[in-house]
Amino acid sequence: MSAPVKHFSTAAVDTREPVLKARGLIKTFGRVVGLDGVDLDLYPGEVLAIIGDNGAGKSTLVKALTGALTVDSGEIYLDGHPANFKTPMDARNAGIETVYQTLAVAPALDIASNLYLGREEKRPGPLGSILRMLDKKGMKDKAGASMAELGVGTIQNMGQAVETLSGGQRQAVAVARAAAFATKFVVLDEPTAALGVKETGQVLNLIRKIKAKGLPVILISHNMPNVFEVADRIHIARLGGCAGIITPQSHTPTEAVAIMTGATTLQKG
Amino acid sequence: MSTTEPHAPTSAAEQFAQRSQSPVQRIQHVLHSHPSISPLLVLIIASIVFTIINPRLASPANISLILQQVAVIAALAVGQTLIILTAGIDLSVGAISILAMLVMANLAANNGVPAVLALIIGFAVGTLCGWLNGALITRLKLPPFIATLGTLSIFTALGLLYSGGKSLQANDLPDLLNWTGKTIGIGGFRITIGVIMVILLALVVAFLLGQTAWGRHVYAVGDNTEGARLAGIRVNRVLVSVYLVAGLIYGITAWILIGRAGTASPNAIVDANLETITAVVIGGTSLFGGRGAIVGTILGALIIGVFRSGLSLAGVDDQWRVLAIGVLIIVAVSIDQWIRKVKV
Repeated sequence: MSAPVKHFSTAAVDTREPVLKARGLIKTFGRVVGLDGVDLDLYPGEVLAIIGDNGAGKSTLVKALTGALTVDSGEIYLDGHPANFKTPMDARNAGIETVYQTLAVAPALDIASNLYLGREEKRPGPLGSILRMLDKKGMKDKAGASMAELGVGTIQNMGQAVETLSGGQRQAVAVARAAAFATKFVVLDEPTAALGVKETGQVLNLIRKIKAKGLPVILISHNMPNVFEVADRIHIARLGGCAGIITPQSHTPTEAVAIMTGATTLQKG
Repeated sequence: MSTTEPHAPTSAAEQFAQRSQSPVQRIQHVLHSHPSISPLLVLIIASIVFTIINPRLASPANISLILQQVAVIAALAVGQTLIILTAGIDLSVGAISILAMLVMANLAANNGVPAVLALIIGFAVGTLCGWLNGALITRLKLPPFIATLGTLSIFTALGLLYSGGKSLQANDLPDLLNWTGKTIGIGGFRITIGVIMVILLALVVAFLLGQTAWGRHVYAVGDNTEGARLAGIRVNRVLVSVYLVAGLIYGITAWILIGRAGTASPNAIVDANLETITAVVIGGTSLFGGRGAIVGTILGALIIGVFRSGLSLAGVDDQWRVLAIGVLIIVAVSIDQWIRKVKV
């Protein structure tokens, strides 16, 4: 185990305006403390990983940021403006897209339908405005373009039912949906937990592609190799708070686990 | 997946994955993408076999009769399809239709309400009953089976209490209410207005399901409720709208029922719930939700009609029809279970 000599936050020197800034988030569930005054910054174009043991407050933090639950106290700023999300729809409307661990796709619907699920586009003119007809072809074409942009090239047929895809391809559909509609940032909650090694690699590639598009990503994971492969900064959640922010350059995965479990602490400075 | 250029299979597993499919798997794939094929085949084969046994089956007069016989069940089954697509079930379908029918008939015959108004109130009663089912399911979180089992008794009792258990004959009713039984001769065929209305109803609902966002949401809610919610679909609102639209369809069917039966009787279509579920299931719609189509349901209703007519023309006991329908239900659900296990 390394000695606690390293600086608390090697990335704290960033002077850019964060896309997302959370300050002093507190959330309690009866006597259980979910969030104990957590601060978080997400900078433009970065992949911020949030790691932590079970019960460390990762999920609570993410739910607070995406409107899935409301905090007892604390502020969240999106591009410097206060953001009070009451529901996940509020967060979505503000340009935040979340991919959940449980594959949140409708298996019997095709890829294009899944990509546009909940925000279908209507045909132009009276066919759309009066008859409410869907612009199926337009959505299919755009879905194909979104998937191609993320390099998911081997899925040729956007009219294919999602249930005929592998787990990795299904997750790719969910990630593509998030990347296509997010304007502020994308949250990936344990996106590889249900996937095999090869499929995990494919999802990590997708994360790099989203970053290359200029969209920041929050990645929740407790898979250290994955996190160290794609993250720019790593927020370590511990006991409802933050045990420190490190980078893959400043620390090793072993040190990160030590901080995460409390075997080691970072010096505050 | 992340590579754009095709690559030669490298591992044994990949070679296994790229093995050619057996004919059975191919059939499974075709049925998976076109679930209406199996009821269509059953309908065609049954029609051919029964026509060989007794050529009168395919006579225009008999085809007209089959269409008139299946019209009411087909219309109700269209509403039932919407509900089953959301992984629900409606046991109160017949009870709602009878209640709506008794209301429109009694208002027009006994209370001097203008026929048009009586019809509209009847439709409204059906819609309200459907809304009540939806409210029980979404607000009280009752399983659809239990909610509609309860309302089946409630609506049946309300119908009997309201009508005093008495039937009204066609000549007691205004022409407008009997209009759905009027026939139009096309060649040797005698098609009723009611049959035409069922076809139009099926087309409208098929359009809503296949071409609008609402239809997509109905499928998504039945397919993966939680996923639909996470995608921003207001699941409860979709569910209530489905039960409400189904109620309206049952209300419209009440009108078709008066024309078909020539009477407004509280004892009409008592087995409608089981018959509509049969038509939906034979038509390839999955009881687990998210999978199916209106065209299949219409085919399912026609299959029931052709079996009934064919077996009766063949001169066998009606119980053979009951037995045959039972076998069809089990075969249809087995096929559904099988095609749901489709692999890449």
